[in-house]
Amino acid sequence: MSPAAPRDLATKVEAIAHRYPDRRSLTLPALRFAQEEHGWLPPEALREVAEVLDLTPAYCEAVASFYDMFHLAPVGRHMVEICTNLSCALVGAQRVVEAFESTLGVKAGETTEDGEITFRAVECLGGCGYAPVVTVDNRYRQHVSPEDAAAIVEELRATA
Amino acid sequence: MPLLSELLKGTGEHDLTRLDEYRAIGGYEALAKARAMTSDQLIEEMSKANLRGRGGAGFPIGRKASLIARDSPKPKYVVVNADESEPGAFKDRQVMDQVPHRLIEGSLIAAHAIESKDVFIYIRGEYLAEYETLQAAVDEAEAAGLFDDVSVVVHRGAGAYICGEETALLDSLEGRRGQPRPRPPFPPVQGLYNAPTQVNNVCTIATLPIVISMGAEKFAETGAATAPGTAIFSVSGNVERPGNYELVLGTPMRELIYEHAGGIAGGRKLKAVLPGGSSVPALTPDQIDVPLDYDALAELKTFFGAASLIVVDDRCCMVQLALRSTQFYMHESCGKCTPCREGTRWMVQILEKIERGDGELSDLELLESINGRILGKVLCALGEFAVYPVSSYIAHWRDEFVAHIRQGRCPYEGRSSIEGIIAPSEQHHHAAVVENPLAVISA
Repeated sequence: MSPAAPRDLATKVEAIAHRYPDRRSLTLPALRFAQEEHGWLPPEALREVAEVLDLTPAYCEAVASFYDMFHLAPVGRHMVEICTNLSCALVGAQRVVEAFESTLGVKAGETTEDGEITFRAVECLGGCGYAPVVTVDNRYRQHVSPEDAAAIVEELRATA
Repeated sequence: MPLLSELLKGTGEHDLTRLDEYRAIGGYEALAKARAMTSDQLIEEMSKANLRGRGGAGFPIGRKASLIARDSPKPKYVVVNADESEPGAFKDRQVMDQVPHRLIEGSLIAAHAIESKDVFIYIRGEYLAEYETLQAAVDEAEAAGLFDDVSVVVHRGAGAYICGEETALLDSLEGRRGQPRPRPPFPPVQGLYNAPTQVNNVCTIATLPIVISMGAEKFAETGAATAPGTAIFSVSGNVERPGNYELVLGTPMRELIYEHAGGIAGGRKLKAVLPGGSSVPALTPDQIDVPLDYDALAELKTFFGAASLIVVDDRCCMVQLALRSTQFYMHESCGKCTPCREGTRWMVQILEKIERGDGELSDLELLESINGRILGKVLCALGEFAVYPVSSYIAHWRDEFVAHIRQGRCPYEGRSSIEGIIAPSEQHHHAAVVENPLAVISA
């Protein structure tokens, strides 16, 4: 049997439930709440969401796996993402990728050994006019140069 | 033609994220004017204005509203597509960030037109700051009593390009995987929760207050003959001053690139323009005198798309550009239709082979044959978006593709501007760790 969902997940979900005529619409918001809590979406997080919404864990995993912002495997405490789509690529995103890889000692798609920072390339972030674009924990950094990588990493390490 | 500020009007001088400042420049007066009209009158006004969708298809909003089954016993929904994800597009973001109340006012006007009490604004998950700004504006407008009995819900996506496709967006909003639906029925008949639904792009909806305050007849006289009004054009890539530029429709593309955006960066040579984002056929330098409107671009066999120009200079290898573009569409294919899911993978493999120097001339025919197997055989336009640009690159820059094949290597010899660019689909992925799958299943 599914364990009872933590009360705070249920509380957060019920607080916005009135916005939708169908509770299934709460799936993405609930997955987001659960991910904020766990850092990623381990099986128990999917079970908790399923419990709150009266869905199955398999359904929740199927939905979560569709979206790039949900993580079904552990990720670092901080997420550094770089857009490598056309507009960013045309103005040197690959050199920024390489600067982060060498500063962090990981390849794109990997997490530092201490579990602090995941660095990954992502598709277009909608910052094309301010390229290359990097997001740090979902906050945009614009016109990022290879020289900026070390400072961004240092800043994150300082908040560790 | 000068920059014309309508959608972004006042953003230079005022903080239009604040309700009082937006009202000080006449904000929400159009809503009052619209609410004084009947639903029929308002739809008539929208039709007379000939306001066409700014999201890609250019469908007239008045006609869309007139298709809503208003006598349906079900609720009617307004859904604003703020899932801006087309590579090269960043215009909706600026509207939400700088003048969210214009979008909210437009949403309330659209709701009044179709007698809807429920507005949903679906914003892409990555736009966190824009979500916060928009939600704060919604809260402020609601507290000021501007909603009457209408509810406006801002719903965040979670990272999926396909959710910008209107029926995939509806499925996502319903809490499912965002996969396109077969049509018909179209959303005005059966959309969100199977009820009549009006879906429009941010810029289209944010233009409604302008239409209403100006009056439809006067609005219809602005801009291009078959496409009135202004549009915010996103310009990115190899230009001196990338950014958003609001211009009347019909402004020559050359003017946008060379005057407003300052021309090609570093005084280099223009090679290609992707005029509607990465999903449309490319234009060559001799074609850029085209006026920026739906019909003029269609005559050149390309699309207005998301009003987003990606400008490419002569350092870029077109095989690499084709490959990187196709890797994106492969990654974003939702997997529902086999031709798109499998076809984009085949395209990537063939383009990789050509770029590596292992290609054969017959690979170009093979690519074209895959294109023919995707076009028209899928539920939505994503497969077509993968095909259109690549077909156009082969058509315009065939010599470059052939040179890769004949020389057995990339003729740019490592000096292409996008050399080595990593695609998210190529990077190392951690497999989901499930130590004992049976334990999960039985739990």
